[in-house]
Amino acid sequence: MGPLIPNGVIGAGWDFVIAILIGIAFGFILEASGFSSSRNLAGVFYGYNFVVLRVFFTALIVAMVGLMYFDFVGWLDLSKIFILPTYLAPMVVGGIIMGFGFVIGGFCPGTSFTGIAIGKLDALFFTIGLYLGIFGFSLAFPLFEGFYNSGSMGNITLTDVTGIPAPYFALAFTVIALAAFWGTMFIEKKVRKNMKQYKF
Amino acid sequence: MSKDKIIDNQSKYINPYLGGVLLGLLILLTIYITGRGLGASGAIKSAVVSTSNTIAPSATQANAYMGQFVSDDHSPMYTWLVFESLGVLLGGLLSGLIFGRVGRFRTDHGPKITAKKRWLLALLGGALFGIGSQFGRGCTSGAALSGSATFAFGGVIVLFGIFGTGYVIAYFFRKLWI
Repeated sequence: MGPLIPNGVIGAGWDFVIAILIGIAFGFILEASGFSSSRNLAGVFYGYNFVVLRVFFTALIVAMVGLMYFDFVGWLDLSKIFILPTYLAPMVVGGIIMGFGFVIGGFCPGTSFTGIAIGKLDALFFTIGLYLGIFGFSLAFPLFEGFYNSGSMGNITLTDVTGIPAPYFALAFTVIALAAFWGTMFIEKKVRKNMKQYKF
Repeated sequence: MSKDKIIDNQSKYINPYLGGVLLGLLILLTIYITGRGLGASGAIKSAVVSTSNTIAPSATQANAYMGQFVSDDHSPMYTWLVFESLGVLLGGLLSGLIFGRVGRFRTDHGPKITAKKRWLLALLGGALFGIGSQFGRGCTSGAALSGSATFAFGGVIVLFGIFGTGYVIAYFFRKLWI
């Protein structure tokens, strides 16, 4: 029963081999989907290319429904998986700063690695920026250490917050995703008609 | 070639829904094997801590933030996300080679800005993303995608934070892209 490494089914010595293999699959999927180009990624905010929305939300609902299924048939002990801890205000602020970073920088961290892999200089500069940003954050940390640690709610899920069982959230995300896939199809078509050409 | 044809020249990319299904299955597999999801920004954090600890060990260990990630028994680079991110580079290269996208150094930028301006903006955007990912306890991969997939409240906050902000501010930055 999973998770395999925390449950000792696979020895911890395999951890890094598995990490590289999973990373290769991750990078391959991102690049093959077109995430190595900042213009493809930024398209989601301007309506000319919704590849980010399509890949991201499909992945999200497949993983959500899959986890429900794995739990239902008893393959995975959901109590043993990592739940990202919630720090309310810092995460809201972090999300907003990352939103600025995405629109201004045209990448997010994982996608910038795949951009570097195929020779995109803007991806390289983005990754250097990541490095400098995190270094700067560390140096300035004493200034906002209190805020950084504020709003701690522990490793809570949507169910813990609302009392609504997880399958309802999986269903809601699925319905929203399908509606978004359908709606953005028309937006993309319309926007592209008025757009100057761009090469991928 | 008409302009529509060039924009629609997506045959070289895989179908986005196929890409999404594969990525979703990969998250599922990753959680099934390791108990946690994917990530990316953590690897850069490890690189920051590692270089800083090499150049100025005492200052790094005294730093309230970086000090947490320094340990006596192994280098800060010896973490799961660093190996996974090396894999991401290799996987990206592999896909690029297979689909013929690996080429000499080049820069993607909107039609109204120069490549040099794009570099500065990429540097600035990267720095913001780096700072935001520390407050957010992860980036698009670790918090927004893997976090939300496991129904973590914080993951969903980061997800809506990133994309919500993106849509609100996109208009003001339109000259960078369209």
